[in-house]
Amino acid sequence: MEIFLIIFAVLTVASALIAVATTKKAVSILAAGVMGLFASIVFIFLAAPDVAMTEAAIGSGLTTFIFFFALNRVKSDRAQGGADD
Amino acid sequence: MIKKALAVLLLAQLCTILFSFLSVYQEPTSLNAVSSHYIHNEPKELGAANAVTAVVVTYRGLDTLGEVTILFAASVVVGLLMFLHKNESAPRRDGSELLKTGASLLFPLILLFGAYVFINGHLSPGGGFQGGAIIASALMLTILANPNRHVGHGFFWAIESISGFVFVLLGIAGLVLAGGFLDSRVLPPGTFGHVASAGLIPVIYIFVGLKVGAELSSVVLSLHGKSEGGVQHHD
Repeated sequence: MEIFLIIFAVLTVASALIAVATTKKAVSILAAGVMGLFASIVFIFLAAPDVAMTEAAIGSGLTTFIFFFALNRVKSDRAQGGADD
Repeated sequence: MIKKALAVLLLAQLCTILFSFLSVYQEPTSLNAVSSHYIHNEPKELGAANAVTAVVVTYRGLDTLGEVTILFAASVVVGLLMFLHKNESAPRRDGSELLKTGASLLFPLILLFGAYVFINGHLSPGGGFQGGAIIASALMLTILANPNRHVGHGFFWAIESISGFVFVLLGIAGLVLAGGFLDSRVLPPGTFGHVASAGLIPVIYIFVGLKVGAELSSVVLSLHGKSEGGVQHHD
């Protein structure tokens, strides 16, 4: 049991590092979402199923897509600004 | 160069702080006074099988009201920002046939699962916040599959306002009929472990779930940007 907890904790930190280190924004957002999923598994091991559900639904589900919406908006704004110049 | 040195310095400080906590940390072997009070007295006092829900809805009900208020403020600000920053984007590429079919198949199931999570919040892990987030993710899936469909905000604002209002009314009912604001002992505790048990807790959590679901859905709709016009252009 302990070994699984350690594995998932290491995976959480690893995906967080990927999210920070990568230069591609889409990869960064996806890695942050995956980090949320691993973190929610860690929460289940730590006997906190309520927190795990919140983390899975909000931390890795909604936030990832909100980031993608925001990225999309920034991109389309930039494209419009570039066309005006 | 200075920026990097500062970042390293900051990290080193953070490490020393965290390590000083970690060095004195011992895994607790017994519950502290507050948790043992909740665990031992909650089944008798409130009758909710999930003690976490009893804490969230009744013992710390005021905090939950505050959290819901923060969410409301956040969704209003996102809506306002996106309304001020309205841009008519070109029609987006429709989702693929697979995504569309999958989304329309999954939408009612995810909705049902969200409702299940917040109706059973006092029996199993999960509750209003989790159920609401699941409902909002169902809506998000359909938006991703049909990006050009207009969805009105008005419906979500109505659900949001009504459930917020009922939440506060139920709190006041606790103040008048039971021990205090948001006291769940207005209704009888019922049979331990049944859906209709734990007094007002399931009723309050259903409204919290609806409110959170509507708030997060309207945040998603505002960010998506194809939703304006639902309220503003009607009247």
